[in-house]
Amino acid sequence: MLSIFKKFKDGLAKSAKSIAEKTGGIFGRKKLDASTIEELEEALFASDFGYETTEEIVEETQKAYKKDKDLRGKDVAAIGSSVLKRVLEGSEGRIQFVEGSPTVICLIGVNGSGKTTTTAKLGYQYKQDGRNPMVAACDTFRAAAIEQLKEWSSRLGLDIIAGQHGADSAAVAFDAYQAAKARGHDTLIIDTAGRLHTKSNLMDELAKIRRVLQKHDEAAPHYSLLVVDGSLGSNSIEQARVFNEKFGLDGLVVTKLDGTSRGGALVGIYRELKLPIFFLGFGEKPEDLQEYRVDNYVDAIFGADEEE
Amino acid sequence: MFESLTDKLTNAMRHLRGTAKLSEENMAEALKEVRAALLSADVHFKVARAFIERVKEKCVGQDVLKTVTPGQQIIKIINDELTALLGEGSTELSKKKPLKIMMVGLQGGGKTTTSAKLAKALKKDGYKPHLVACDVYRPAAIDQLETVARQIDVPCFAKRGTPDVPAIGEEGLRVATASGDDLIIFDTAGRLQIDEQLIDEIKELKRRVNPDEVLLVVDGAIGQEAVNVAKTFNEAVQLTGIVMTKLDGDARGGAALSMKEITEVPIKFAGTGEKLDDFDVFHPDRMASRILGMGDVVSLVEKAQESIDEKDAANMAERMMAGDFNFEDMLKQFSQIKKLGSMSSIMGMLPGMGKMAGNMGMDDKAEKQMKRSEAIILSMTKVERQKPQLLNSSRRTRIARGSGTKLAEVNQLIKQHMQMKKMMKKMQGGGKKMGNMKKMMKQMKASGMDPNQMGGMGGGAGMPNLDNLKF
Ligand SMILES: Nc1nc2c(ncn2[C@@H]2O[C@H](COP(=O)(O)OP(=O)(O)OP(=O)(O)O)[C@@H](O)[C@H]2O)c(=O)[nH]1
Ligand SMILES: Nc1nc2c(ncn2[C@@H]2O[C@H](COP(=O)(O)OP(=O)(O)O)[C@@H](O)[C@H]2O)c(=O)[nH]1
Ligand SMILES: [Mg+2]
Ligand SMILES: [Mg+2]
Repeated sequence: MLSIFKKFKDGLAKSAKSIAEKTGGIFGRKKLDASTIEELEEALFASDFGYETTEEIVEETQKAYKKDKDLRGKDVAAIGSSVLKRVLEGSEGRIQFVEGSPTVICLIGVNGSGKTTTTAKLGYQYKQDGRNPMVAACDTFRAAAIEQLKEWSSRLGLDIIAGQHGADSAAVAFDAYQAAKARGHDTLIIDTAGRLHTKSNLMDELAKIRRVLQKHDEAAPHYSLLVVDGSLGSNSIEQARVFNEKFGLDGLVVTKLDGTSRGGALVGIYRELKLPIFFLGFGEKPEDLQEYRVDNYVDAIFGADEEE
Repeated sequence: MFESLTDKLTNAMRHLRGTAKLSEENMAEALKEVRAALLSADVHFKVARAFIERVKEKCVGQDVLKTVTPGQQIIKIINDELTALLGEGSTELSKKKPLKIMMVGLQGGGKTTTSAKLAKALKKDGYKPHLVACDVYRPAAIDQLETVARQIDVPCFAKRGTPDVPAIGEEGLRVATASGDDLIIFDTAGRLQIDEQLIDEIKELKRRVNPDEVLLVVDGAIGQEAVNVAKTFNEAVQLTGIVMTKLDGDARGGAALSMKEITEVPIKFAGTGEKLDDFDVFHPDRMASRILGMGDVVSLVEKAQESIDEKDAANMAERMMAGDFNFEDMLKQFSQIKKLGSMSSIMGMLPGMGKMAGNMGMDDKAEKQMKRSEAIILSMTKVERQKPQLLNSSRRTRIARGSGTKLAEVNQLIKQHMQMKKMMKKMQGGGKKMGNMKKMMKQMKASGMDPNQMGGMGGGAGMPNLDNLKF
C-alpha cells in the first residue's frame, strides 16, 4: 500500500512541481491580487483542466478574495483542491472480480494511447497480487502489434492467446476466453487495435468483440476501459464521449503521466461523462501503473504537503 | 463550430452597428470569444494571448465595413492571421542527396508509421529509401519497422541485441549508403522531453549521423504539453520540421499554432490515417480553419475540383435531375468517389459532417460495399445498365453468378438505384446545401436503406453538387 502511494507521488511529483512552479509564485506569496489570479488561471489551463473547471476554480477564488482581501496563497491552493475534489467526487473506479469464471477487462482507445503496455502492466500487477491472469492479443491490424504483446508476455511470464496478423480480432477474443476458462485463469485482459473514435467500421469491430465474448459470458467484458493518453488535450473528452456512446465504457485508464502533463483531461471527462478512472500510467515499465485515487491526484496537483 | 464562432462574434459585435471604427473597447467581448475558441482548440494559453494581441492591433482603427457584419470582418482577419502564422517557413524538405532524416517525438505519436509514409512518398519522387531501426526499447519496435518497410518494398537496417543507438545509426547509414540508397530515415524510440538520458541519446545519434532533417512527430490531439515538447526537442536536436499526425480524427489541432509560435519550426507534413498513403504536405489554411472549427471546406472543394471531371459531373447532375439516372451513371460515380479518396475522409472534411460520417459507417465498409456494387454493375450488359427495367429475375440470377455475389445483393442494389432515382427527383433544385443533404440522408435511412450501402449515394447526392456547396 505504502509503495503504491509513494510511486504515485513520485510519478506525479514532476507534475506537482511544475504546477507548483507556476502557481508556486502565488501559493508562496503573501497576499493575492488581480494578476496572481490570472497566473492561477494560466497554470490551470496549462494542466488541460479545460475551460469550465478552470473558470470554476478561478471564480471561486475571486469570490473568496472579494470577501477576504487578506487571502493568502495557501488559501488559493485549498480552494483549488476543494473545487477539484468536488468535481472528482465518485471518480474512483475499482475492479470487482467475478467468481468462478474469468473477469474480462477489455482495453480500447485511439492509436498509440498505451493499450498494449497497459495490458502488460495489468497482467503483471495481477500476477504480483497472486491472481492468475491471461492476456489476449486482439490487435491483428497494426504492424507487429502481436509481436509486441508476445514479447511482453514472455518477459513477464504471462499466458497469452494471439491470432495471426490480419485475422478476425473477435475470433481471437472468442478463443482467448475459451482458453482462459479451460486453463483456469481468473482474469482475461484483452488488448485491442488502436482506432480513432471517428471511424465507425472500426467501432463495429469492437462491438463484434463484445458479442462473441457474450456468447461465453453475458456479462463480458466486465470492464471496458478506455485508455487515454494523458498528454492529449480537449479531444480526449470527445474520444471518451464517442467510445461511450458507441460502445459503452466502464471507465478510464490515463497514461503517460510521467511526463509534465497533469492529465487534466480526466477532469473534463469525468465532469462531462461521469466515467470513473481506474488506473494511471506512469511509465513504460511493468510496475508503472497505479490505482487512481482522487486525494492523491488532487494533492499532487496542488502540491499538498509531501509528508501528509 | 464555425457557425457558432461566427454567431458568437456576430452577437458580441451587434452593438457595433453604426459605429465607425473598431476599437479595443468595442471589440473586447468578441475577442473574449476568440480566446475561448482558441483555448478549447488546445492552443497554448500564452500563444492564445499573444495571438489575440496581434489580432487586436490589426483590428483597432479599422473602419467598420458596411458590406459584411463586424463579426465576419473579424473572423476574416483572424483566419488570415492564423493562416499566415501557421504558414511561415517552408514545408519543403531539403533537396540534398543523399538525404538523411531523423524522426523524434513522444511515445505513440506516429514516428514509425510516418517513417514509412515518408519513405513511400519520396520513393515516388525518385529517392531510394532505406529505413534504420533506432528504437531498441519498445517491444517489437524493430519488427514493426521491418513490417512497414516490407509493405512499401524498402530495405530496413536493424541490429538486435545492442542498446547502442548511435552505433546502430552509424552502421545503418554506412550500410544504406554502400548499397546506393539516397534517402536514409532513422526511426527513433518515443521519449519524454524531460527524460534527460534519452534526450542525450538522440543528441548523440544526431551528432553521429548528421541528419539534414530532424522531424518532430506529434499527435494532432496533443494538449498544452505541446509547447514544452516542441521547445525541449528543438533545443536538444534543432528541429527542421514538425509532422502532425492523426489528423483523420476530429481534434482541432491548436497545438500546431502553439508549437509553430514557440519554436518557429515549420510544420511540414500531416498524417491522415493508419495506411501508408494517408500522408499529405501541411496546408496552413486548412489548419487555420480547423483550429477555428470551420471544417476543411477548402481542401474538400480543392480535392473535388482536382479529381472530378467537371463536364462529366455537370452532365450527370443534369441527368439525375431529370430522373434519368441509370447504372452507367452509378458506375461513373463510383470511379469519381474512388478518385476522391476514402469516403470517410471526404465526409470528415465537412463541418459538422465528421460525426455523421462516423454515424453512417461511410468508410472502409462502405468502400468494400462499393466494390461489390461495382462488380454487380460490371456483370450487367450495356443495355441492362442503361435500362434497369429490363432486369427480370433470370437476368438478376445471371448477374449474381457473374459477379460472384448473392441474388439478394443484386436485388438490393437495384432497389437502391430505384430509391436514389426517386430521391434525386425530389431533390430537384434543392440538393445544394448541407441542410438538404442531411435531410436527405435521414430520409434515406428512414426509407430503409442500409446506411452502409451508401456506395452510390455518396456520389449521387454530394459530388456533382460540390461546386455549389456554400457554407
Ligand atoms: N512515458 C510513458 N510511455 C508510455 C506509457 N504507456 C505507454 N507508453 C508508451 O507509449 C507507446 C505506445 O504504447 P502502446 O502500449 O504500444 O500503445 P497502444 O495504444 O497499444 O498503441 P497502438 O496499438 O499502436 O494503437 C509505447 O512506446 C509505450 O512504451 C506511460 O505511461 N508513460
Ligand atoms: N489514425 C491514425 N493513426 C496513426 C497515424 N499515424 C500513426 N498512427 C497510429 O498510431 C499508433 C502509433 O504509431 P507509431 O508509428 O507506432 O508511433 P511511434 O511510437 O511514435 O513510433 C499506431 O497504431 C499507428 O498505426 C495517423 O495519421 N492517423
Ligand atoms: Mg497496441
Ligand atoms: Mg515507433
